Amino acid sequence: MLKIDNLQANVEDKAILRGINLEVKPGEVHAIMGPNGSGKSTLASVIAGKEEYEATNGSIVFEGEEIGELAAEERAHKGIFLSFQYPVEIPGVSVTNFIKTAINETRKAKGLEDMPAKDMLKLIRDKADLLEIDRKFLSRSLNEGFSGGEKKRNEIFQMAMLEPKLAILDETDSGLDIDALRIVANGVNKLKSKDNAVIVITHYQRLLDYIVPDFVHVLHNGKIVKSGTKELAHELEEKGYDWIKEEVNA
Amino acid sequence: MDLKEKLVSSFLVFEDQAEADSYVHDVRNDAIKIFEEKGFPSKKEEAWKYTSLNKILKEDYSIFPKQENALEYRDVKKYFIHDIDAYKIVFIDGKYSSHLSETTHDGIDVCLMSAALSKPKYRLVIENYFNKAATKDSLSSLNTAFSKEGAYIHIPKNKLVEKPIQIIHLSTGNESATLLQPRNLIVVDENSHVQIIERHQSLTDNAVLTNSVTEIFANKRAIVDYYKIQNDNANASLIDNTFIKQKRESVASVHTFAFGGKLIRNNLNFYQEGERINSILKGVTIIGNKQHVDHNTLVHHIEPNCESHQDYKGIYNENSTGVFNGKIIVEKEAQKTNAFQSNNNILVSDKATINTKPQLEIFADDVKCSHGCTIGQLDENAMFYMRSRGIPEKEAKALLMYAFSNNVLSSVKIREMKQRITKIIANKLGVNIGFDL
Repeated sequence: MLKIDNLQANVEDKAILRGINLEVKPGEVHAIMGPNGSGKSTLASVIAGKEEYEATNGSIVFEGEEIGELAAEERAHKGIFLSFQYPVEIPGVSVTNFIKTAINETRKAKGLEDMPAKDMLKLIRDKADLLEIDRKFLSRSLNEGFSGGEKKRNEIFQMAMLEPKLAILDETDSGLDIDALRIVANGVNKLKSKDNAVIVITHYQRLLDYIVPDFVHVLHNGKIVKSGTKELAHELEEKGYDWIKEEVNA
Repeated sequence: MDLKEKLVSSFLVFEDQAEADSYVHDVRNDAIKIFEEKGFPSKKEEAWKYTSLNKILKEDYSIFPKQENALEYRDVKKYFIHDIDAYKIVFIDGKYSSHLSETTHDGIDVCLMSAALSKPKYRLVIENYFNKAATKDSLSSLNTAFSKEGAYIHIPKNKLVEKPIQIIHLSTGNESATLLQPRNLIVVDENSHVQIIERHQSLTDNAVLTNSVTEIFANKRAIVDYYKIQNDNANASLIDNTFIKQKRESVASVHTFAFGGKLIRNNLNFYQEGERINSILKGVTIIGNKQHVDHNTLVHHIEPNCESHQDYKGIYNENSTGVFNGKIIVEKEAQKTNAFQSNNNILVSDKATINTKPQLEIFADDVKCSHGCTIGQLDENAMFYMRSRGIPEKEAKALLMYAFSNNVLSSVKIREMKQRITKIIANKLGVNIGFDL
């Protein structure tokens, strides 16, 4: 589904990604872990198509197509979803109106008509229930004044609405209490199927108790320096990241 | 002959033909003298520093329409808020169109200035109110000198006027350049409520200059909601002079939606002549190309315990220019005044310009006054966020701009009016998305 080959990227002329190789197949859950500043969020943003991040080398192939030159919305239309570490507040646009616009623009890109209002309403209600979101919440301005947990739940709600093929969850666990974490993880797990894939980016292992990865990769200094299975996550939780750094430097 | 000379020399002919009693006759004669003395404002004047009339004054305007022009409703329907029941006062090239209008004398007067100025039964109201709020600046004086036609609205006390009143000025472009000077008088007596929508629309690309004066009197406990839709063609310019005198406990609001025209200057003046008055001034400006919009506001707090709220949003595309000049005067007697002013702007292109200037003159010592202005660009992070959810760049921009103006839109009380404004915004931004929030 996703094949990243020797991806290198700069942010303001500084090399952040220094040759990433990663392959994600349908049905898989990959975790990308690593210390702060290792390039995790940059990798997520580059896959999603943030323009300020300049890919200098390598390729990103999604479902057989090179997507490096595509705009963020075109990647979204192909089924890539990024759950933001810091969801942006947009005062004046309600959650409902935002997701409605996102869905209908995605349909438009595929040559489909707008979703009938009745179907949209039902879909919104079903997915809101899945994430235990209060109906009143849906008419509030997007992310404005939301708590950390509400913002993340809202991200997963949008993911549930858009049904992406590849979901990248960037630090979705940060700022979540245990109840919110369970609700969010439960939502992600219910949306998982053999046809879609998830990349979980996290600093800590605790989210991975709920969303169990098939593969764990450690990112350090812009490169994946170690890959393994979920046991690697436990090891990192126990021993921290220093031993990885030492191993790399040795 | 330049425009000033042409106007001054036309005045005698105009006065000879105009039917009016001696009171109005004297007011007009005084006014032309003021205009003759002052002439058109220039950039040397502080209040006109950022707005030059030079270009638009160069046209050879026809001052009096030569012929009456008719229009069919179906051809101009789109300029009306047509999906509501409303009174309509419609002018074509400055002349009243009875065909397109729907006036009334049933308990309230929704009719014509020409009738009010000439018929004895309106004489008392005219003597009490006509030209009693307008200032003696040159442009208002010019309008006063030639004041003849426009809307005359008088709501006696304790009337809740359920139907909004639409004042619509259409210009056919039958002349290569037309000067229009509508004059509106609106008197709302004690405890009454009225909603008014005003629109100027030219139907061709021929030059039009409108120098409009509207005087509004909100008497004790009256509520006046006034909406201005300024979405005209690229060669139509508008100088809108609006003066609102409020008596105690009245609430007056003016929403100005400036979306198009070559040059728009809004001189909006509120005078609070009583206690516990609330004045609300709101505006959304979305322009592009070489368009220019200048909001020049004045709120004069004269008595204690009053409020004013100003909220202007501006979005400037391409090489458009904007001005916001908001003046608040709080007199010594006006203790416990709450005066708020905010002007937020987005410059979408780096060629667009905005000059924003709050001016506070406070002579009282127990007041709350705040003002703030911001100039920014569209939030890049918000753009990426929206695009990453599949909303294309143009639509994402439009949604952000709409959200930016939403504070002002949300206080529009007429639902159909709000829908119309929303549609105009979507159209203007070239998107087809429902902004229904």
